[in-house]
Amino acid sequence: MNHTILQIDQLKTYFFTRNGVVKAVDGISLGLRKGECLCLVGESGCGKTATALSILRLVDSPPGRIVGGKIRYHGEDLLQSSGARLRQIRGNHIAMIFQDPQSSLNPVFTVGNQIMEQISLHLKLGRSQARDRALALMEQVGIPQAEERMKYYPHQFSGGMKQRAMIAAALSCDPEILIADEPTTALDTTIKAQILDIFRNLKKERDMSILFITHDLGTVAGIADRIIVMYGGRIAEAGSVFDIFDQPKHPYTWGLLNCLPSIPERQKKMTPIPGVIPSLIDPPEGCIFYPRCQWRMPVCQQERPGEFIISGEHVAACYLYA
Amino acid sequence: MSQKLLEVENLKKYYPVTAGLLSRHVADVKAVDGVSFFIAEGETLGLVGESGCGKSSLGRALLRLEEPTSGQVFYRGNDITSFNRKQLKELRKEAQMIFQDPQSSLDPRMTIGDAIGEALLIHSVGTEKERLERVEELLKRVGLEPGHAARYPHELSGGQKQRAGIARALAVNPKLIVADEPVSALDVSVQAQILNLITDLQREFSLAYLFIAHDLAVIGQVSSRIAVMYLGQIVELATRDDLFRQPLHPYTQALLSAVFLPDPHQRRDRIPLPGEVPSPIDPPRGCRFHTRCPRAMSVCRQQTPLLKDIDGNHLVACYLYDGADTA
Repeated sequence: MNHTILQIDQLKTYFFTRNGVVKAVDGISLGLRKGECLCLVGESGCGKTATALSILRLVDSPPGRIVGGKIRYHGEDLLQSSGARLRQIRGNHIAMIFQDPQSSLNPVFTVGNQIMEQISLHLKLGRSQARDRALALMEQVGIPQAEERMKYYPHQFSGGMKQRAMIAAALSCDPEILIADEPTTALDTTIKAQILDIFRNLKKERDMSILFITHDLGTVAGIADRIIVMYGGRIAEAGSVFDIFDQPKHPYTWGLLNCLPSIPERQKKMTPIPGVIPSLIDPPEGCIFYPRCQWRMPVCQQERPGEFIISGEHVAACYLYA
Repeated sequence: MSQKLLEVENLKKYYPVTAGLLSRHVADVKAVDGVSFFIAEGETLGLVGESGCGKSSLGRALLRLEEPTSGQVFYRGNDITSFNRKQLKELRKEAQMIFQDPQSSLDPRMTIGDAIGEALLIHSVGTEKERLERVEELLKRVGLEPGHAARYPHELSGGQKQRAGIARALAVNPKLIVADEPVSALDVSVQAQILNLITDLQREFSLAYLFIAHDLAVIGQVSSRIAVMYLGQIVELATRDDLFRQPLHPYTQALLSAVFLPDPHQRRDRIPLPGEVPSPIDPPRGCRFHTRCPRAMSVCRQQTPLLKDIDGNHLVACYLYDGADTA
């Protein structure tokens, strides 16, 4: 098994709003290993994006603040790092891709220019060298006629091409870790499949570690080595992709898997999870899934469940396994 | 089979492209380019396709929310493209729409109750007291509380807003609802609630739906028949089971093969589609899919295949199944 290069311990990221303190990330621990794809899965408001932004200390402050925990990258605590050191790590060691490639590209510069800018900034290369590298990267992520397309502006690119360009930019400094926040959510089915191929190749060919954030369990099944299911700012269940899909243990995971439409067979009637996603302002004392859980017990309301080991690295935060 | 509720014939919707100071008309975006199909009473026809294929334009042109460029739409045998204002208003009681983004389709300054009741008011249905009762009944039917009537859209969650959007569409007792990506903005646990509601309402009120979505699994959950659209045209139309078990058009095959199922054991050979969807301003000659089709033949580059019934209820527009006509 490969060694862990990024270790998060008891991370707490809160947002201090007028209505109260939103506990977006409330004690998350996870480790990302060399060359693996770890998926953070959950619905909106579960804290998956806040977790990712916390790693690179990109949480908007105010209102957000990392109030506790440790994030160690090769042993170095990123929460203690200076601004200069963080700038070195961002892009060079840990790069990030966002959901909407449209808003992450500057509309008034050509795509080639923007990729070259990253390269010259981080790698201190000259213009023509930066250009060659940008071109090679664009070809690598499957942008056809890359030489010509370098001169295009973002609006001349389709959604899929923009996301390829963003991946090329993220790869420009050969980072060890790639954090991808819903990178395929805005894309069409056939394009999504192409982009996921790129991620798979990055893992295989560059031994890159990928932290992949998504709400789509289909995507997860196609790309993840390990999965962390998040709910209400906490980890509900974690395990290998086969643990989670073949032997899910947490009632929330059951709910998520049951409420998916399937093909080719139709579900007779879908089984939605009753109730709504909880407010993270003043979350309940015990298990945060308690109000929607059909298997709840008195203890669940009293104390927040710890992580119970199911087998190996398969854990569930649920008293059913106490 | 039950009666045809809606029949569409060779419908086209072009958007003009203009240039220069005088807005000279230089070209057309052929969003919908000659589409024909029907929807039977009480059935759900799913319409699937990738972004830009014209599925939303079709849904809007169909109800004359936007004027079609040409073609005809028959509702219970009457051509609605020739309807005047008064007739159109009557049609709105029969045919309603649910939108993708419940946030932007509800007026932020109007309470949920007023938004639902507005349709009743416009069509002068009942007294004020009766209208209030009807709103309350509708709210309960879609799974909201009567108390929600006094709330504003921003006070509701995404799923609740979509329920309100459905209640508003139901208010006038329609027989046909065009639902344009009604669940794609929702979380999966909420999506399932809304899909169940949509199918329950269908049974209860014998509604017909045109259900537009890009997600094949979602479409498959609610539809009895499915039409696949590519670049402004329908390339295949079949019953749900036929389409999933035996897709005929190479585009449908590729689309299905690209779906990631929530199953890590699935090993399917994906059919790669080279390139991108061409521009609807200047679509390829012949079959519009030939530039990306792994099985394209020379005839595909010259002639446009027609949507033909090849097997009872399975329509496909592809020369692979049309040997006789290739000469």
